[in-house]
Amino acid sequence: MRPKVDRIARPWGDRAPYGRGEAWPVRVDSYLEPGTTADAVERWVPTASLLHSNGDAMEVAVAHDRIVGVRGRPADRVNHGRLGPKDLFGWQANHAKDRLTTPLLRDGGRLVPCGWDTAMDRIADRTRELLDESGPGAIGFYTTGQLFLEEYYTLAVIARAGIGTNHLDGNTRLCTATAAEALKETFGCDGQPASYTDIDHADVIALFGHNMAETQPVLWMRVLDRLAGPDPPRLVCVDPRPTPVACRAAVHLAPRAGTNVALLDALLHEIIRTGRIDRDFVDAHTVGFEELAERVADTTPDWAARICDVPTRKITEAAEILGGAERLLSTVLQGVYQSHQATAAACQVNNLQLVRGMLGRPGCGVLQMNGQPSAENTRECGANGDLPGFRNWENDTHVEDLARIWNVDPSRIPHYAPPTPAMQIFRYAEQGSLHMLWITGTNPLVSLPDLHRIREILGQARLFTVVQDLYLTETAQLADVVLPAATWAEKTGTLTNADRTVHLCEKAVDPPGEARPDLDILLDYARRMDFRDTDDRPLIGWHDAESAFEAWQECSRGRPCDYTGITYDRLRDAGGIQWPCTEAAPDGTERLYTDGISWAAPDDCETYGRDLLTGAAVSETEYRALNPDGKAVLKAAEYVPPHERTDETFPLQLITGRTLYHFHTRTKTARTPQLNAAAPEVWVEVSAAEALRHDVAEGDLVEVTSPRGSVRGRLRITGIRDGMVFLPFHYGYWDTPEGHRPGTNGGRAANETTVTDWDPVSKQPLFKTAAARLTLVEHGDGTGSPAPTTTASAPADPRHIPPTAGGPAAVAGQSGGEP
Amino acid sequence: MTGIQIVLRTLHDGERALERELLAAADRHRVEHEFHHVARDIARWSHEHAERIAHAAEPHDLHLPGPTDQPEAAPPMATVREPLGRTLGRQPNPGLLLLRDLRDLHLAATENSLSWEMLAQVAQAAGDAELLDLAAACHPRTLRQLRWTNTMIKTLSPQLLASL
Ligand code: SF4
Repeated sequence: MRPKVDRIARPWGDRAPYGRGEAWPVRVDSYLEPGTTADAVERWVPTASLLHSNGDAMEVAVAHDRIVGVRGRPADRVNHGRLGPKDLFGWQANHAKDRLTTPLLRDGGRLVPCGWDTAMDRIADRTRELLDESGPGAIGFYTTGQLFLEEYYTLAVIARAGIGTNHLDGNTRLCTATAAEALKETFGCDGQPASYTDIDHADVIALFGHNMAETQPVLWMRVLDRLAGPDPPRLVCVDPRPTPVACRAAVHLAPRAGTNVALLDALLHEIIRTGRIDRDFVDAHTVGFEELAERVADTTPDWAARICDVPTRKITEAAEILGGAERLLSTVLQGVYQSHQATAAACQVNNLQLVRGMLGRPGCGVLQMNGQPSAENTRECGANGDLPGFRNWENDTHVEDLARIWNVDPSRIPHYAPPTPAMQIFRYAEQGSLHMLWITGTNPLVSLPDLHRIREILGQARLFTVVQDLYLTETAQLADVVLPAATWAEKTGTLTNADRTVHLCEKAVDPPGEARPDLDILLDYARRMDFRDTDDRPLIGWHDAESAFEAWQECSRGRPCDYTGITYDRLRDAGGIQWPCTEAAPDGTERLYTDGISWAAPDDCETYGRDLLTGAAVSETEYRALNPDGKAVLKAAEYVPPHERTDETFPLQLITGRTLYHFHTRTKTARTPQLNAAAPEVWVEVSAAEALRHDVAEGDLVEVTSPRGSVRGRLRITGIRDGMVFLPFHYGYWDTPEGHRPGTNGGRAANETTVTDWDPVSKQPLFKTAAARLTLVEHGDGTGSPAPTTTASAPADPRHIPPTAGGPAAVAGQSGGEP
Repeated sequence: MTGIQIVLRTLHDGERALERELLAAADRHRVEHEFHHVARDIARWSHEHAERIAHAAEPHDLHLPGPTDQPEAAPPMATVREPLGRTLGRQPNPGLLLLRDLRDLHLAATENSLSWEMLAQVAQAAGDAELLDLAAACHPRTLRQLRWTNTMIKTLSPQLLASL
């Protein structure tokens, strides 16, 4: 292993091979800003990574009250010292010159600085007016997956019991909603079954629409190290793009967009037909097998091959590998969650694990992933369209329990209808029944589909918008009040990654100017609103991060996500701990369901379920009849064709996605020199055959147009499947002259083109099933497109394209170390 | 007409009407995106049901037209069940219109559900296994249509009605 490596050119660093069942070797990654040496660092402050969901444990180096670098924590269970490129470099965005440092208020069409009192009074006044005039349904909150647990929990109590509104959701709706819903549908309750350590034991890893190399680079390092060691796992990859995962897969299936259910039904068909099911497991732990078997009786590989446009032989080959696995780990992400029939498809992956009896043992399980650092916390704290602690809004006992903890009357917690999902909140704002929207830490003006529509909604004078963020984002530019927030390393709190590992992130430095931690802002609002409980005491009795965490512990007690055994002190000592962590399981819980299904009984479950096609609710009575003993539910699903079909005018399937070097709408990563240089501008991806058909070449400026809008970018020719065009979704307008919308150069945000349509079960918008056409704007000068060459956007013909590299500025340390 | 013929005809009309209404309502509420898309998805079920009913009716000497490929515009059936629309105001409030459409769709699906029930019963009485299979295959989907309209009403009505 080399001591230093350019981590832009080699995002996953060097290999530390290991064999099946062995411990993953430690490798400590570090980066200090030029001119700083390790002895100049005054203190190392423990935290975990913020720019993805992997929860890599790290330390922030501080000198002269400034962050000067980071390093991985070798003893942590998640990363064994490793960091991804965004972890290594992304912290520099904290220092950006254009951080918001003072609250802003709209005055005569312009945002002008004002003090905290003015800003917060304005928000509280408007809230009270609306409560008087229209009631709580006029007020909504749209949060993120990037705050801390303590902040979500506080927000959930404010929204549910303070205001009494149903309208609280996160941008996690775009990201992790289907993961949560699929787990709820199958296991009756949310909660990630598997653990990252399952990678150490699996002999087959199946990745469904999960470009792990770019979304969780450190987890991918773990896979790469196994692939480099003895007895490596075989990979099955379902992805229309030639991702690094696809390149290493034993079988790569690249289906047409929107056909995941057909493909999965065919895989299930083959596995059941060839008798590779674990009958004992199925009988002991599941219900619904007969219906599933009947549903997939005719979904042969031939049938699916026609729908998915994948060779029959490859489907049977994949089924062969999945059916023959001894230790099967499946992972799922946006290729499923943001595509047509999202929840139905994600549930079929759960079914695959269940019929094969691959659950709750080392190497056997499913990781329904998410992408944001604290997406998991929005789910458990009830800031993502559920009640806190995975409580069932339809179960009166659960609501009463929550009301007892908050010391309010149950009727104060709205539970006459499901919590409102984000897309519906925006619909209510459009339709005029929602008059106030408080947006924390997210940028819908770039990230939501069909941006023309979103700009209209947020631009309405009748909608009062509060935006709380680090920078003047596209969304903040349209706000009525802008609140400057502190970020990671400037405040303390916990976050929980995709495998239930909780980390403490400690404050390392002060926030700039008057910027404040999100928690402080929310507590300030609660004070001004003077929310009270039944005994006339303040509804929110906590005052800082640790006391908020303790309040949450009580709320989580006895629930699947039980935090009662985790304290700040323990997190400081032990590093990451996986919930549930209780007196009975003081070291946390590596895998769920090691002893059968535990939270699906009718009295315990988080949901009674939904119809996978229509989203219609299953009633409590039906659920009791279907699943009286609380087993896993094998939910079958029929394939239906995608809603937006290609035709002569729009012949290409359009999908959007991300790149390794950026996070979301680039608010931080574009302010990080190494990351921004690696992927500086939007691009357009098609296959060589498609380029030929359109008479365009690498580097040409092209326009992608859908029925909703268009985007311009330089063409990159890759090994993506024919008939498809890919756009990265990170690029918006804050760093263009227009500020928040397209200018004369045409659209830059992929969401100019995407469709307003969402999965009726998880309510997650479909970014990966639209139709579009491609036209030439002007030929390039032969320099090629600015897309990274190291990742899924690698050029099909690399000869004339300079490889992506970071040079001296991106050289980071990597060293072996003691575990 | 025999009892079986009567039920088959009623059901055939009912499924064709429900398909038309679902598509028409989907069209009226294009900006209610979830409603729009799901209504179109489950209209396909009614289309398929009508086809299968027509096919099953042949041996019973009943010649029902095949399903229309291009369903006609919305029938004026909404006017038959007007009260909610009337009481809730004359102005074309889109939220109310949506609730009214959902209610009408629910009632139409309920009628079909009852017809399926009758078909299953008469099929048993007459010992007609084919018709019994038909009912067993199709009725569950009608029930799913019903649950969907019910769920949508439960979910949307608090906001749409409380904000008036
Ligand atoms: S990039 Fe995708 S997976 Fe990652 S956080 Fe955003 S929505 Fe989630």
